[in-house]
Amino acid sequence: MFNNAKIKFVLAFLFPLVLVALMIWFFVQKGTLGVLEGNFPPVEKIFVERVVFEPNKITLKVLNDGPEEVTVAQMIVNDVVWKFEMNPSHTLKPLENANIGFYYPWVEGDPLAFKLVSSNGVAFEKEVDVSFLSPVADGKYIRTFVLLGLYVGVIPVLLGLLWFPFLRRLKGGAYMFLLSLTVGLLVFLGFDALAESVELIGEVPNSFNGVGLLIIGFLLAIMVLGVVSYKTENHVTLKGDHYKNLRWAYLIALGIGLHNLGEGLAIGSAYAIGEATLGATLVIGFMVHNLTEGIAIVSPLTRMTDGKERIVQHLVTMGLLAGVPTIIGSLIGGFAYSPTLAVLFLAIGSGAIFDVSYDIIGYMSKKAEKGLFTPVNVLGFLTGLVIMYGTGFLVI
Amino acid sequence: MNIRIKEIALVFGLVILAGCQNVSDNNDDDVANVEKDVPAVHDGMAADSQNLAQFAIGPKGEYETEDFDALKFLTAWNFSNLPQEERAKFYKETALPDATLLREYWFNVEEVTIEVAPGVFYPAWSYNGQVPGPTIRATEGDTIKIHFKNNSTKPHTAHFHGYHSAKMDGTGGDAEDKIMNPGESRIYEFKAEPFGSHVYHCHSYPVSQHISKGLYGAYIVDPKFDTRPKAAKELVMVMNGFDTDFDGENDFYAVNTKAFAYNYQPIHVKQGELVRIHLSNMLEFDTINSFHLHANFFDRYIAGTKLTPDAFTDTISMGQGERSILDVRFREKGMYMFHSHVSELAELGWAGMFVVE
Repeated sequence: MFNNAKIKFVLAFLFPLVLVALMIWFFVQKGTLGVLEGNFPPVEKIFVERVVFEPNKITLKVLNDGPEEVTVAQMIVNDVVWKFEMNPSHTLKPLENANIGFYYPWVEGDPLAFKLVSSNGVAFEKEVDVSFLSPVADGKYIRTFVLLGLYVGVIPVLLGLLWFPFLRRLKGGAYMFLLSLTVGLLVFLGFDALAESVELIGEVPNSFNGVGLLIIGFLLAIMVLGVVSYKTENHVTLKGDHYKNLRWAYLIALGIGLHNLGEGLAIGSAYAIGEATLGATLVIGFMVHNLTEGIAIVSPLTRMTDGKERIVQHLVTMGLLAGVPTIIGSLIGGFAYSPTLAVLFLAIGSGAIFDVSYDIIGYMSKKAEKGLFTPVNVLGFLTGLVIMYGTGFLVI
Repeated sequence: MNIRIKEIALVFGLVILAGCQNVSDNNDDDVANVEKDVPAVHDGMAADSQNLAQFAIGPKGEYETEDFDALKFLTAWNFSNLPQEERAKFYKETALPDATLLREYWFNVEEVTIEVAPGVFYPAWSYNGQVPGPTIRATEGDTIKIHFKNNSTKPHTAHFHGYHSAKMDGTGGDAEDKIMNPGESRIYEFKAEPFGSHVYHCHSYPVSQHISKGLYGAYIVDPKFDTRPKAAKELVMVMNGFDTDFDGENDFYAVNTKAFAYNYQPIHVKQGELVRIHLSNMLEFDTINSFHLHANFFDRYIAGTKLTPDAFTDTISMGQGERSILDVRFREKGMYMFHSHVSELAELGWAGMFVVE
């Protein structure tokens, strides 16, 4: 059945594995032979992922973020020893979760400091800046977050798309200006999402390795879009030029959609923990800010000469693709916010947007006879950045 | 304990500042009702979240070990808590020609893990395996002889407040006053003077660390000619605290080590009898501690060094190392709280109850 060569091939693969297994067995049985066997204090870590406020009641969602088992023995709230119920268990193995629930006469708007004390006396602290009734997933709040997503994501993108008739009348330099403007807008968004993702790494439990998530999310988006783009390239080229443009617009819409998922997460969680009050000003700000995303999506379509019959349908689909993730994001952010998810989603969004920008630049360099860095292109690019920066002031 | 007390205890347990979970004596009948995370609420009081939130204050669960009996500690001195045979290993009295006593004590410094709040364990340094250390009690003019042995891994001493020579100071200040390295032993000897309620503690360095880790105890010298009213009951209370996460701040506070100890096991006294409390403050890190008694007033003798009271009050403040004798006669039957009036300390463990019968 197996010839010699095959057996050798399999053995060559298995031999190192067997050695590794033997070594692990040896260390588990015999210890580390004197290395690092000092009597170190326990390395205990409890991470409070989320604080949920109900009337006269608080729940802490906690995670064992350390390498050792931890038993939570007592809790101190604002320097007062307080009774609590911990489920499923007071003792958590590494990476195990638990809920710590207790009645507490919390005061709306006040800061709170929680201290969990382990059986070894180690204290794990969590501070809440503003005590605020947590949203519950009832009709009212779902409506709020769906509306929020619509206002911030779907409507502005669709409004941006309305420039399509104007934009498609642009010729030559003006068209290149539009494309560079789009790249400017996208690059700004890409860095914005990346920076936000980096900022949130500090809030991710150590065991979940925020940096790792960022790298994976960022590169994953680029790779996946790259593969999609590679796989569809030949296919659409055969079908005609306007498919190519459509595909492109969809990719941009998808990239922006992924970005908006992260943005929705951030908005939803800020709203849920009382850090943002969604006044009219903020909503208007986001609308203006996100209008530009619509422009970015339609720019590849402005050169289409044929296939215009179903264009409205396509535009609506793209608008939804880019905008609806905001709704999903804000729902997740509002009800189940976790910095871990936010880091991942923002990194994915950032990667997606950089990938799309790279595609547009590639397209432009094919078109450009005088090279990419013409005054028009540079001006367009910078204008894109400035527009994003400027409209950013509306969403402080 | 009789049913009446248990009923009173249960009702009061709900309204006290630091709601306890089991105030009955070693009887588990009612534990099930009150042991739940949030205790039951008064009859006629709506069990709404507002009330539940009020009564959820206090420690979670029960003490897991019986490493230290806080009730026994109150009334134990010169190792009187030990059976005769065992006691002889640590304490010996010899009559001297001048009608005073030679009192010999055997002190071992040991490292021991103690439970300072239910389920929270602290790696303490201790005299004879307990925090506070054994209470020493003598009559003015007696001779105290401490056979000191360091069975731990760090240098330690015993430094007594009271008259003694420089070489008995336990600070390493005098050439003959050696700090004891691990395994070493020596003798501290001095006359028990002046009368008063004093303390002793380790004075090797850093002193703040050696005190916060648990090396201290009460040292009471009774006056030879006592003109004060005779006490029916005397209680030793050492106010202390524990920095369980070693960040330079105490996490739990107590009188006699165990947070909320006398909420779990209230102190029983009789109406009208004279109760004398030997109170000392061995708290580290916090500069001020205090003692407040509900519904009753006490005579205060500062450091217990005079035979006439210095004040008649219900609240006193004490700095680090300060002592007082408090004489109180409870006026009515019932349950009365006592706690630090530094409320933060009270709510972090320094609170208890008297049951007046």
